[in-house]
Amino acid sequence: MIQPLADATQDTINGEQSPLIELTDVSKSFGGVVALEHVDFSVRPGEIHGLVGENGAGKSTLMKIIAGVHASYEGEMRVEGKPVQFRSARDAIAAGIGMVHQELSVVPDLTVAENVFLGVQPVKAGGIIDWSGMKSQARGLIASLGLDLDPNTRVGSLPVGVQQLIELSRVLFSGARTIILDEPTSALSPPEVARLFVALRKLRAEGKGLIFISHFLDDVLEISDRVTVFRNSRRVATEPRASLDKDKIIGHMIGRGSAEMHMGETATLNARRDEPALLTARDIADGRSLNGVSVELKRGEITGMYGFMGSGLVEFARALFGRHGFTRGDITLEGKPAHFRSTAAARKAGLAFVPENRGMMLFRTEPVYKNVSIAMLDRIHKLLLKPQEERAVAKHHIKDLQIRPPLTDIPLGSLSGGNQQKVALAKWLTNMPKILILSEPTRGMDVGAKEDVIRIIKTLRDKGVSILVLSTEPETILTLADKIYVLKRGVVVSEMNAGTVTKSDLLAAA
Amino acid sequence: MSSAPTADKGFNPKQVFADKLRTIAPLLTLVALVVFFSSTTTTFATMDNAVNIIRQMSITGIIAVGLTFVILTAEIDLSVAAVANAVGITVAYFTLQPDYVNIANIPLNGWIAIVLTLLSALAFGLITAFGMTKIGIPSFIMTLAIMQIANGVSALLVRGQIAYIYPDFITTLGSKTAFQIPLGVDEAGKALFIPVGWTIIVCLLFFIVGHFVLTYTRFGRYVYMVGGNREAAEFSGVNVKLIIGSVMVISALCSGIAGMLGVAYFGSAQQNQFDTYLLDAIAAVVVGGTSLFGGKGGIGNTIIGLLVLGVVNNGLDHIQMDSFQKILIRGLILLAALVINVYVEKFRERV
Repeated sequence: MIQPLADATQDTINGEQSPLIELTDVSKSFGGVVALEHVDFSVRPGEIHGLVGENGAGKSTLMKIIAGVHASYEGEMRVEGKPVQFRSARDAIAAGIGMVHQELSVVPDLTVAENVFLGVQPVKAGGIIDWSGMKSQARGLIASLGLDLDPNTRVGSLPVGVQQLIELSRVLFSGARTIILDEPTSALSPPEVARLFVALRKLRAEGKGLIFISHFLDDVLEISDRVTVFRNSRRVATEPRASLDKDKIIGHMIGRGSAEMHMGETATLNARRDEPALLTARDIADGRSLNGVSVELKRGEITGMYGFMGSGLVEFARALFGRHGFTRGDITLEGKPAHFRSTAAARKAGLAFVPENRGMMLFRTEPVYKNVSIAMLDRIHKLLLKPQEERAVAKHHIKDLQIRPPLTDIPLGSLSGGNQQKVALAKWLTNMPKILILSEPTRGMDVGAKEDVIRIIKTLRDKGVSILVLSTEPETILTLADKIYVLKRGVVVSEMNAGTVTKSDLLAAA
Repeated sequence: MSSAPTADKGFNPKQVFADKLRTIAPLLTLVALVVFFSSTTTTFATMDNAVNIIRQMSITGIIAVGLTFVILTAEIDLSVAAVANAVGITVAYFTLQPDYVNIANIPLNGWIAIVLTLLSALAFGLITAFGMTKIGIPSFIMTLAIMQIANGVSALLVRGQIAYIYPDFITTLGSKTAFQIPLGVDEAGKALFIPVGWTIIVCLLFFIVGHFVLTYTRFGRYVYMVGGNREAAEFSGVNVKLIIGSVMVISALCSGIAGMLGVAYFGSAQQNQFDTYLLDAIAAVVVGGTSLFGGKGGIGNTIIGLLVLGVVNNGLDHIQMDSFQKILIRGLILLAALVINVYVEKFRERV
């Protein structure tokens, strides 16, 4: 069942190659919410097809249809000219479609050879694994991607870029002629990106079709032959690389010039330059996700930090709050060193943190008031708890933040997501922090709740709290921030203090 | 104006019931067992036997209080029985033994012996806490190692011998009667009493203090929060490691005190005499409805669990049956109680 690498499907009809994948007029909706609208899409043999668009624009829905994950949709899909209707991911793999996910699925404790043949080890008579055959085949497969590796090496000890190539070789081995790569460069250093591109060009030369999904427009422009742009569930452009540049792509992504300008498209920054810094982080690095991040937070100012997934936002927020160790750099709070060993120490120093995932923050089965009071217990109680006082505090914040329903004793899990987020905020307002760190404060909220949260955050700013908002959504940053840092691969690549900033500025910087 | 449409549901009675079910289910199990043994035997349902059951469970009860703290944080302590044994032997080791007991021990003043012995219990707890929070060893493995170490300490101190003498205070608490319940007079005109031992009083004291700490103090709230969602507790600025370390120390101290009273209760200090207490204590906590996944339950649940266990252990002795079958039947009853516990957990998650 091993597919030789050079098995390119080079059907030529009237001098033109029939596409490996061709989707015509494909639509998909989830319970009334449209995810894809009348999309045409194709991949030719020997082509790298770049795919860009904001989060939620429809890219992943399209890829899941191609990979057989979504079985029901409208429209037609052809693979190598033949109409298909996949019922499962297995069908798609059998039809020669492979996918390399952003989150790698290699097993770190197994060897290179074992990973390449994961689940499909070649066996000899009697079901005994053919180790020597497996190793030599693995070596050949990896070598064809330009890697010279001992197949006995433990995968966990290799750099992420190499792990990714191993996963790619696994997909190739399964006989894939069309390969979907989801954000393949987000975790890679520049030399690793270069090595990946060498391997991808090699595959292209062999006649494979590659779909390259990425937020990194520079990478897309470097490697792609054609680029397709998605916006709001529609394909808005498919153009050859030669006729595109970064500005044009961003224009397609956000629909510049159209009547679609609304909240969060632009922001006028107003950093408080003369004010001294409350918290200063200098050159924070952890040897993996952070490569030297420096920021200044000031009283009464909202600092926005924008970056793509995997840019280090999550790690940086935790590093400030004493939850993520770093090996280089220092943090000072009001001039004093503030390298917190625990979250408890960070809280005592006046820091507060609301993580991106509410489940990390709240106690679902506990009543609302206990969720609100947890961070203030040591202030209102010396030894004994005072539940009535806790309820009074909770009631005050429920009213202030308009939490619905306005009850203190129902389990938190029975509130809606937006209201849970407000409870997460209320927790820190019981004990007014000096610095409030908010990771993705409005993600997944309905419009009303979003507006409430934005209003609350701005009120806190006006009361003098220093706020750091970290988000992968440009709208959130543009709506809130007085000052913006753009984070890319663990480094601050841009700092914006004044003037008008647009969404395309942010996308171009990241 | 701003709340999502799904948010405006009020109090959910089904959910409240599901929460209470955690306590209701073991309580019903207890009632069913009492009714069963009362109706099938004549000797079970007497005042005398009731006090007997409580006395039999009081040493386990002290251990179970500490274990409740541990299980509420979603950790486990497998060393409780071994620590109880080692500490019980330690207190005898520091007491002058009769000539025929051939142990090279260090006799001390009774109170000094008690203090030193308590420090040894504290040491076991601190080592466990250190291993878990500083080194990062999971509680299951860490306490398994401590169990073996404590057994080793027991073996070295008595070297196969049996000690009989303890400080007076310990002998009193472990084996003497605190007061007597008058039961009137018998036909011969002699007054009848039921003796209530000090172990019962001590155990009640542990229940009260344990319940008080868990329900009314900040530390207790943190214990529930760490068990309910450890990550959330950490992100709320709770010092999770301090809480975990503290519950392991509390558990070791409870086990140690239970061990001291236990050797006096048994009348002898020797190896392996607490072996059944590990399973009994864990079973009592879990059968009572405290979640092994942490965050739910409490001392009230543990008391119910202890009574269920006590009634099963004691009731089976009143039934005419093959004593070898009893062990199996006891296991089956515990399994049934645990199955109910898990179903309650699932039911609670669904609503």
